[in-house]
Amino acid sequence: MTASSIDREVRLRREPSAFSLRRMTAMVLRYLYLLRGSWPRIAELIYWPTVQMILWGLISQFFVTHSSYVAQAAGILIAGVLLWDVLFRSQLGVAVSFLEEVWARNLGQLFVTPLRPYELMLSLAAMSFIRTIVGIVPAALLCIPLYHYSIFTIGLPLVAFFINLMVFGWAMGLMVSGCILRYGLGAESLAWLAIFALAPISGVYYPISILPGWLQPIAWALPASHVFEGMRAVMFEHVFRTDLLMQALLLNAFYLVIGGVVFLAFFRAVRRRGLLLQMGE
Amino acid sequence: MKCSANQAGLPIGDKSALGIDRHSTHIAAMLATSASTAVIRVTALAKRFGDVIAVDGVNFIVPPGETVALLGGNGAGKTTTLSMLLGLLLPSEGSIEVLGEDMLRHRYRVLHRINFSSPYVEMPRRLTPRENLSVYGQLYGLARVRARVEEIAEELQLGPFMNRPTGSLSAGQRSRIALAKALLNRPELLLLDELTASLDPDTADWVRSYLERYRARTGATILLASHNMGEVERLCSDVLMMKSGRIVDRGSPAELIARYGRHNLEEVFLDIARRPDEVAAQ
Repeated sequence: MTASSIDREVRLRREPSAFSLRRMTAMVLRYLYLLRGSWPRIAELIYWPTVQMILWGLISQFFVTHSSYVAQAAGILIAGVLLWDVLFRSQLGVAVSFLEEVWARNLGQLFVTPLRPYELMLSLAAMSFIRTIVGIVPAALLCIPLYHYSIFTIGLPLVAFFINLMVFGWAMGLMVSGCILRYGLGAESLAWLAIFALAPISGVYYPISILPGWLQPIAWALPASHVFEGMRAVMFEHVFRTDLLMQALLLNAFYLVIGGVVFLAFFRAVRRRGLLLQMGE
Repeated sequence: MKCSANQAGLPIGDKSALGIDRHSTHIAAMLATSASTAVIRVTALAKRFGDVIAVDGVNFIVPPGETVALLGGNGAGKTTTLSMLLGLLLPSEGSIEVLGEDMLRHRYRVLHRINFSSPYVEMPRRLTPRENLSVYGQLYGLARVRARVEEIAEELQLGPFMNRPTGSLSAGQRSRIALAKALLNRPELLLLDELTASLDPDTADWVRSYLERYRARTGATILLASHNMGEVERLCSDVLMMKSGRIVDRGSPAELIARYGRHNLEEVFLDIARRPDEVAAQ
């Protein structure tokens, strides 16, 4: 260590800022290194959305000739499955990236660096976005030659749907990650199960109105329900429902705060219980 | 270098026995100004998990530039104490001051100046050491991460395996990577938990020699939790003997050996560890 290099280090030893984009991107880089070095992980990202799209594409082709509902808007089921996968991949992107730290027994190392919990949360969200794009875009593109349907024909509303589903996925992912942090790998399966509990009441493939009356208020409390109703309005009626968009945005803001609070509360509980060093396989 | 963190928490002793001019470096100078009397100051520290008392009202200080050992059997409270010092675990009672900052309220002010290594944590096994160290270099806010990673790789002779997945390396190689991570930010305070536990004698000796050189060169302070008495005698100027969550004795290795009338620190350790049984037998 030369005197000049020590000088540089000493100068840099001022108190770190409360938020650092560099620390956040360092964590994104860590997850990208992991993806880059593991082709099965990349293949898995693309595999499930593609298989889902092929399956539901074939079902759609059948129903186009046998169902007046689907015949009104070719591609309604494919759009539903692709957008549902945005929500699922977004939630999974947060939870699985967090699980990578637990599996690697790396949390104890991370939280003795200047990395703040909210920087980790932001990096998980950023990584979730990357994983979702990598998974969904190939399936959406493959759909065009296979079924002559492009989800991009939805136009600008697609951006609104995508953002809302991403954000709801982040909120759910943070809650699931908080549970894994608090309850350990026993809660690992929540990463895959939690979001599916919401599928029946999100109105992915059918309108909320067909749900039992007592279930409908619960369904409307989810941002995803507003997105899928909005999707149907665009595809069937060629109308962009700003009311649904606003409700989805408000609900998302609520759930995102809840997700963040749950994660931070469980992080503090884990620090009280001394689980950060013990967490792992 | 013999210095004791005594019961009252006051450092005493000579600081130049090894011929190390610890004030010759910039880091030591910074230490002297930022924490004039102690790098670590622990007061009435306690941790309870329900009915279990893991740490029971511990007091100690670690003066700048010293290597101090936390010694004790399994469950004595060493790792719990280290975890609280790092902020990974919140204490039930007491206060912790590290580098002049209250760790319970302002840990983020000092985390970039300290580092640690423990067998209870690992680095992502699928990433290469180069990737792992680069990520940590950025988390610690280093100015020139790539250059620093190359520098530490050269110092610790990591070159041959810098581009292999960390999980494919031997335990000894992984321990050197963990040490590289712990030294990456040139910490002023290094907390080491059973650093050489899984190493063969040759590698363990190499690691100890490196730590001695590092401390001599930088004036860094080291708190070491260990079961290895030889390691403690060799590296540490002070020993805090822990048992059942308490510090039951303290002093330099030579002082402890003389006080108990034993030949080495291992015999002192056994003496203290077995004392309650003997008392019960009487």
